[in-house]
Amino acid sequence: MPYTSVPLFWRLKKPKYNLTGTKCLKCKNVYFPPRNLCPECRRGGDVQEFQFSGSGKIISYTIIRTPPEGFEHYIPYAIAIIRLDEGTNMTGQVVSDIEKIKTGKRVVPVFRKMHEDGSDGLIHYGLKFEVVD
Amino acid sequence: MRVAVVGIGCTKLGEHWMKSLRDLSTEAGALALKDAGIDGRDIESLYIGNMSAGRFIGQEHLGALAVDQAGLNPIPATRCESACASGALAFRKAYLSILSGEYEVVMAGGAEKMTDIKGSGAISTLMGAGDQEWESSVGLTFVGLYALIAKAYMDKYRLSREELSLVPIKNHMHGLSNPYAQFNYEITVDDVLKSPLIADPLRLLDCSPITDGAAAVILASEKVAKKFKNPVWILGSGQASDTLALHNRKSMTEIQATQTAARKAYEKANVKPEDVDIAEVHDCFSIAEILAYEDLGFSEKGKGKELLLSKDVMIGGKIPVNTDGGLKMGHPVGATGIKQIVEVVKQLRGEALNQVKNARIGLTHNIGGSGASCLVHVLGRD
Amino acid sequence: MIDSMSVGIVGYGAYVPKFRISVDEISRVWKADPETIKNGLLVNEKSVPDKDEDTITISVEAGRNALLRAGIRPQEVGAVYIGSESHPYAVKPSGTVVADALDMGPELMVADFEFACKAGTAAMQCCFALVKSGEIKYGMAIGTDCAQSKPGDALEYTAAAGGAAYIIGRDPLAIMEGTFSYTTDTSDFWRREGSDYPSHGARFTGKPAYFKHVTSSTNELLKKLSMKPSDFNHAVFHMPNGKFPLKAAKLLGFSSKQIELGMVVTKIGNCYSGSSLLGLSRVLDSAKPGERILLTSYGSGAGSDSFSFLVTDKILERADLAKKTDFYINRKENIDYGTYVRLRKKLKGG
Repeated sequence: MPYTSVPLFWRLKKPKYNLTGTKCLKCKNVYFPPRNLCPECRRGGDVQEFQFSGSGKIISYTIIRTPPEGFEHYIPYAIAIIRLDEGTNMTGQVVSDIEKIKTGKRVVPVFRKMHEDGSDGLIHYGLKFEVVD
Repeated sequence: MRVAVVGIGCTKLGEHWMKSLRDLSTEAGALALKDAGIDGRDIESLYIGNMSAGRFIGQEHLGALAVDQAGLNPIPATRCESACASGALAFRKAYLSILSGEYEVVMAGGAEKMTDIKGSGAISTLMGAGDQEWESSVGLTFVGLYALIAKAYMDKYRLSREELSLVPIKNHMHGLSNPYAQFNYEITVDDVLKSPLIADPLRLLDCSPITDGAAAVILASEKVAKKFKNPVWILGSGQASDTLALHNRKSMTEIQATQTAARKAYEKANVKPEDVDIAEVHDCFSIAEILAYEDLGFSEKGKGKELLLSKDVMIGGKIPVNTDGGLKMGHPVGATGIKQIVEVVKQLRGEALNQVKNARIGLTHNIGGSGASCLVHVLGRD
Repeated sequence: MIDSMSVGIVGYGAYVPKFRISVDEISRVWKADPETIKNGLLVNEKSVPDKDEDTITISVEAGRNALLRAGIRPQEVGAVYIGSESHPYAVKPSGTVVADALDMGPELMVADFEFACKAGTAAMQCCFALVKSGEIKYGMAIGTDCAQSKPGDALEYTAAAGGAAYIIGRDPLAIMEGTFSYTTDTSDFWRREGSDYPSHGARFTGKPAYFKHVTSSTNELLKKLSMKPSDFNHAVFHMPNGKFPLKAAKLLGFSSKQIELGMVVTKIGNCYSGSSLLGLSRVLDSAKPGERILLTSYGSGAGSDSFSFLVTDKILERADLAKKTDFYINRKENIDYGTYVRLRKKLKGG
């Protein structure tokens, strides 16, 4: 499965572990997941690293009950579209009790296992989110 | 110069344990040639839509495969991919290739073989239509993507779970006596609500199935098409793109790529939404059909459900949608866009099973992923 | 003597997963008498990690809390050592993932430590030495475990999950006055490479193992520092259950009152490498300047590390900077045995 590639995950460590994205200094847009080319300014942009705080709020969510390969052990799990405070959206799992998850709730990141590449392969870690009480 | 569809063919949609991708593509192509009454040697170029044969069956180079199996070497063959809109993309490419003056008679087909791998493998493969690094990697599924859209839409526009169920109920009814459909049974609201949750709030009966199938159509330049007895003209073709990931869209409750592609197609065709007599829209999941009504201009934003409640989108209504049952009756991903053309052409020829009276203008609507790409075609008869 | 050059704990942090399984529930399945077990072990329930938690994820959360309290930039940490007997990989360090997740390094010393339940305190000793010698400015020592236990075995009632991180440096909230270790080859508990579950020597784990090493190490430390039990306000011993630390305290001359604050085992079970370190974090959460704390860990195989900590007034400004141990202990959700075996992957093929 392509998304368990070792080099791919290693290359994406900073955004996946630390929520490090990018910002175009020209138009001031922030990007997470990071973009190296600003879609607004394109080649005229000035894109630099930008650190997101991780706080945000849920703008929609679902509970996955039929998983893709590799996620069987984790069902059911919640996935939300989260609006990060700095002004951009991302997709992330929410680990709180399902009853606590509602559109509009604020969330903070927690470090968790994302996925295991079988019993011999790598364990992929990353950030999930937790509802703030 | 205009281009017309002069031949159509479609295999039965379902789990074809005894047929490989090459069997399906060859079968569909042969059916289209038979319908057109021409010989395979008359085809100058082939465009084949397929989303993910590489992951479903480990096969790439599909243009070469399809042409080889059909015995049509050495004609040029091109595989077109735009996730679930691969079929419509192949159709548009075929259309543009004739418009360019390069060819006179071209075949556009689509084929997908989804059942040679386990269900969980199919689920992972379908997420290739999303953002691999940032949506698939966190465990999101295709159903999950549309579930996120459904939740946002249901909250914003007060669409109830029962009202959403009207989409699959309608499509099952339309597909009831369709011999090509994967299913031939009616369902009730109760059936939908009792079916297992796949990704809240979407249930099994909200989802199009995993299907094997293929479809093919033959396009001809105006000069050649005039020699056929029932050409159906391509009045307009529109294609648009939007962000790959759902989280990057400007809105969670509409598909702007549809709006843009439709606007282009309507413009070229010089028609308005209310002129459309029959539409085959992309109901990969129930919510997608409601969004389609709005994005295609059949209803106002947030009011899509009214077309269901008034039965206007049913056979006999003002704008029948998915008269063959739509994607709910089978969604062999790369073939769907062509399959939709087949139904619209049948309707405009007057040969459809659930015939819409006096159908003059037909529309097909095919989406890739959660709305990252969209193709809309408007067809009409003289 | 307290001065800003003294080396000790500049930041600390705890993390315990939220799920709990009770002795009542486990004994229900194995048809044992819960009261006998609870009275025998002085443990009521234990913590269970979620499906996506492991030693690495727990260490990251504990480490984050420690950094918050220390108030330093992660880049200032010169060494990270994770001590555990449940490192997720047999070969690939937990420390590198934790270091990158906490944005430390790459100019960083990292190694994983292993010595049953005292791997975390062994890491603390190394950090102490590196800071004291001037080799690094700050070192982070973490003790975390997601302990495994054989179904139906006595250890199933107590083998828990949790961890604590300690940042060692100068100008601390608790000075490390001294440390002492006592180590012998004593096989009271072990697990062979490839085995799913550990084996233990039942009663052999008591006198010749736990008590011998805990008392020897503590007594030698007291001798080294010319101190006696009454010089300490609090004592934390490794907690395989609630009985052993009580007995160790008695043998050494500490009162049950002195060990009360650190006795986390009753509510969360034995977190192995995290056990004594979580006891220490709970004590630090409410310690007052000038108080003295004894810490003696124990790792099977066997050995004990003892420390004497003297709390400074820095504790007042730092203790509240991150979630306290009780926040994690009290934030809980009880699960049944079926959910427990699913989460702990004890099901064949599951």
